[in-house]
Amino acid sequence: MRGTPRNTTRVTAVAALLTLIAAGCSSGAERDPNTVRVAYQKFGTFIAMDSLMRQVKEEIEADDPDVTVELHAIEAQAEDYQTQVNLMNGSASEAPDLIYQDTFTINQDADAGYLMPLDEHFDAWEDADLFSEQEAEAVTSLDGTRYGVMLGTDVRGLWYRADLLDQAGIDTPWEPATWDEVLDAARAVQDEHGDDVVPLNVYSGTPAGEMASLQGFQMLLGGTGGGLFEESSEQWVSGGAGFTDSLEFVHTLFDEGLTHAPQDALDANIGTMNNEERFPNGDMAISLEGSWATQSWIEEANQPWPEWEEYMEFTPMPTQNGEDPGATSMSGGWALAMGANATDPDLAWEVMTAALDRENAVKFAIEGGQIPVRTDVAEDPAFLEESPMAERFAELVDVTGFRPAYSEYPRVSLAIQEAMEAVMLGEATPEEAAELYALELESIVGPDNVTDGS
Amino acid sequence: MATTTSRDDETDRGPRTRNEHARARGRAWGGAARWLIPMGPALFLLLAFFAGPILWTVWASLTNAALTGAQAAQTEFVGTANFERLIADTRFLDATILTVLFLVGCVFGQTVLGLTLALLMRNRSGAVRATVGAIVVGAWVVPEVVAGFVWYAFLEREGTLNALLGFFGAEPQNWLFTAPLLAVVLANIWKGTAFSMMTYSAGLSEVPDDLKEAARVDGASSFQVLWFVVLPLLRRTLATTLLLITLQTVQVFTLIFVMTSGGPGSSSTTLPLLMYQEALRMGDLGYGTAIALALLVVAGLFSVVYVWMLSKEEQR
Repeated sequence: MRGTPRNTTRVTAVAALLTLIAAGCSSGAERDPNTVRVAYQKFGTFIAMDSLMRQVKEEIEADDPDVTVELHAIEAQAEDYQTQVNLMNGSASEAPDLIYQDTFTINQDADAGYLMPLDEHFDAWEDADLFSEQEAEAVTSLDGTRYGVMLGTDVRGLWYRADLLDQAGIDTPWEPATWDEVLDAARAVQDEHGDDVVPLNVYSGTPAGEMASLQGFQMLLGGTGGGLFEESSEQWVSGGAGFTDSLEFVHTLFDEGLTHAPQDALDANIGTMNNEERFPNGDMAISLEGSWATQSWIEEANQPWPEWEEYMEFTPMPTQNGEDPGATSMSGGWALAMGANATDPDLAWEVMTAALDRENAVKFAIEGGQIPVRTDVAEDPAFLEESPMAERFAELVDVTGFRPAYSEYPRVSLAIQEAMEAVMLGEATPEEAAELYALELESIVGPDNVTDGS
Repeated sequence: MATTTSRDDETDRGPRTRNEHARARGRAWGGAARWLIPMGPALFLLLAFFAGPILWTVWASLTNAALTGAQAAQTEFVGTANFERLIADTRFLDATILTVLFLVGCVFGQTVLGLTLALLMRNRSGAVRATVGAIVVGAWVVPEVVAGFVWYAFLEREGTLNALLGFFGAEPQNWLFTAPLLAVVLANIWKGTAFSMMTYSAGLSEVPDDLKEAARVDGASSFQVLWFVVLPLLRRTLATTLLLITLQTVQVFTLIFVMTSGGPGSSSTTLPLLMYQEALRMGDLGYGTAIALALLVVAGLFSVVYVWMLSKEEQR
């Protein structure tokens, strides 16, 4: 190239232009204040939120043609869903205005400054009185600010196929009073049906993720009188007899072949396969599962199973030796929260209340297999008719427990899943796995924050 | 700026030596500007999208940056705490060993298979070359997610491999569970062989026929021709290809993630998967980026070996 001055100037101009374009790309466009961006999860058997938000979008946009409700259905497991929402929250121009939020992560996300306080909006809302006390507790952060409105809650217990238990000679309705009675039923199913039927599913191991920790391990631990976190001393509990006994239960299941083969139990899609295939096909007899399992069987599901009511029964998970109160449960629940950078909080609140009003709350409670947190929805005839188990679930609300909502929990939960996996694969005895857990716990939360529970 | 400098040059009436100096300097400036300015956009893009993220990674690894929680709002500098934790972490040690095993297995398999295919395809008819080439390159063109799923469907318990083995009366098993690392190594070799094959084919066509003929006239067998004539001439291509495959292989994430998600347990969790778990699943960006840098070190060590091999060869 011959560098005449004119040439150089031209090149400089082009370079400057390119730089400007590159800079222009990165500076993000202004958000349209009439658009409300909603992020929610849609995954596997869970399509209720998608169905709800589509309905709300239609209602809102029909009322006011200027308003757009932008739906971001994120197709991912719960953990990945939260990661994606957090990544969106990291940038003010990308952050959603409304977030389908696990109430359990409200503390962390409020600390991170991702959420908008909703006290004023909620207090001024005419429906506020209809929400239960538990609802308020679940969406209020440790410093007493409300950061969301709960859509519904859940309980966990034993789902079973009555026909398979009948054939195995177990009286139904089945009401086991101790862990041993649960195991005996599984053994009876195994004797009767052999390899054709998985007697008892208890989610275990890392691929199942939080399901293993919450539906699996903590449902057992709760029945031993043990816990993960001691509220009185605000310390995490390492091991203890209850912890080892819970692992022993998992060990018995895999050792005696009373559950899935380990390679099937460690399939990340186990939840979907259990509820969409194994139960409807009669390949599984009992499962320690959430109350929302019905969402896989109702009319709106991916693969409806209209006859489910004839086959499926629900019974509470007993405590280890039948100790008071006789049954145990764990609860979670999801809420709608508002992003801290919502372009128009009043408009976002309008969309939020539309999703939470009576009619839509009934729809969500039915399709999502939820336990309503609005008193009027819990008594709604449409809900009661579609949810034949509602009363059984309601019994558990008094005994149910919650996860410790601290930011260390996800790591502690992983340590639990690893302990379970070591036991199910026979890599460690329950005692060894409990010791490893204790070591891991110390390294996660620090030795000062651990107690041996005695 | 270049224009004013050159005009100054002409008006400068200083002593001859000074004048020449200035002229040389001016020319150097003009020269620099002449290549720097057109390079500007490319440089800008390189800095913004290549150097930028690397520098950010280094910075993030020295902080407690997180996806959520109080640390996300107020990220603090923590010095080398992440690296101290890394060294003490048994999971990191396991993942490093698995990464090296995965790397060695893939690079070895890919090289042997790629070279063999390239050698076999020499002097074959066009139709044979086109058919084999299309099949092998097909695997290379398939997106990683698809390749991962194809292998998942092949190896899982109700998959094709078990159906085939079933004819011989073998008990079905989930190969992804019984031999996870071998499964992902095989899948990655299957996917990557085309690249090795193509570069070796190109390298082989550069080997002069008269050398081979001369060796043959001297009474060398085909194997001796290959070993003493062809391979030594191919050594530079080999080193370059090894370097490239290593850098591609060390960062494989999608394939493993789709096939085993790093499991069962952590028996196929290589460094990229560990990085993902820590940074995105646990939300610990600081620790995750520290693992990313460790990954860079592993890749760097292997690269140094190849570069050293190459330079040793050139000195001879």
